[in-house]
Amino acid sequence: MMRHHDFVAAFAASLRDGVPPPGMTAGRPEETARRLAVYRNNVAVSLTEALRAHFPVVAQLVGDACFAALARLFAAGRLPPSPVLAEWGETFPAFLEGLPALADYPYLADVARIEHARLQAFHAADAPAIDPARLGEADPGRLRLGLHPSVTLLRLAHPAVSIWAAHQPGAARSPIPPGPETALILRERSLAISVRRLGPGDAALIGELRQGKPLLAAAAAARAADPAHDPRPCLLQLMTAGALVEGTVA
Amino acid sequence: MSTMTAMPALGATLACALAAMAATPLAAQEAQEMEKCYGVALAGQNDCAAGPGTTCAGTSKVDYQGNAWMLVPAGTCLTIEIPPAPDGTPRMGSLEPLDRDIPA
Repeated sequence: MMRHHDFVAAFAASLRDGVPPPGMTAGRPEETARRLAVYRNNVAVSLTEALRAHFPVVAQLVGDACFAALARLFAAGRLPPSPVLAEWGETFPAFLEGLPALADYPYLADVARIEHARLQAFHAADAPAIDPARLGEADPGRLRLGLHPSVTLLRLAHPAVSIWAAHQPGAARSPIPPGPETALILRERSLAISVRRLGPGDAALIGELRQGKPLLAAAAAARAADPAHDPRPCLLQLMTAGALVEGTVA
Repeated sequence: MSTMTAMPALGATLACALAAMAATPLAAQEAQEMEKCYGVALAGQNDCAAGPGTTCAGTSKVDYQGNAWMLVPAGTCLTIEIPPAPDGTPRMGSLEPLDRDIPA
């Protein structure tokens, strides 16, 4: 008789390849393979639903039938390595990018990157916002601001922020501008997940802060990217969102 | 070097930004107290304890579904105005799940 651990491993393998493990039987032994197929179908359907919940806009863009086919193809080669399904799907954007059948829809992968970043932002660790009293007399040349763990900056080759926004409930129809976009994704104090499109100045500012640069250097880089850049609105928004945390000490 | 002339102005801008950030109203810095409000979310716009993209968020099927909730600022749920039902019955938000507007 198989030890339990061996049976579980064999059963997991049979969920992948469809070959019943030694010793598996059903009430009617001739139905064993069909019974196993029920388990295999449950795995495929639940993973498809998990992926659909993870990437709702991609599902809207390609339609339900196509999304279900994509999800089965994706899941077949990549069963979740961990029971935390929120982590599974990290490689879905690259998978979409690599499919020849989707070559005419290159923006899908970028939309998927936004959706994955939203879910990660929601589950990101908590971190206390920086104490405002620290800021009033700080020297911008030495002050290093940290970013909350939920903050993600995505530089996208396609106008995926606009596409994502146009597929939110109640979104007004507006033309999608061509060209690349930078997305800022973070968890607000209200726990809502926001997705903002950043101009080149704000993108440089946050990118440099992420690198651990002092505030003055980050603002100078932002001005180099956009000579008319004013860092104040962006910094105030980050502050209001609780996205600025204590940085590493210079 | 142009950066040498630009830097002092930038330093002043940042000093001003930091002062403004230090003065961010306390209300904006604290998570607003929220409460679960049933029967007020539009179809597909309900919240879920497990968060967006996980399980139940965005799964409500009809507008103002009675057993679906969304987070609203604390103290506002019972005063949220939603349109009356098609038969004219008035509808209100509730802190408890409701039997009305349940999809078949």
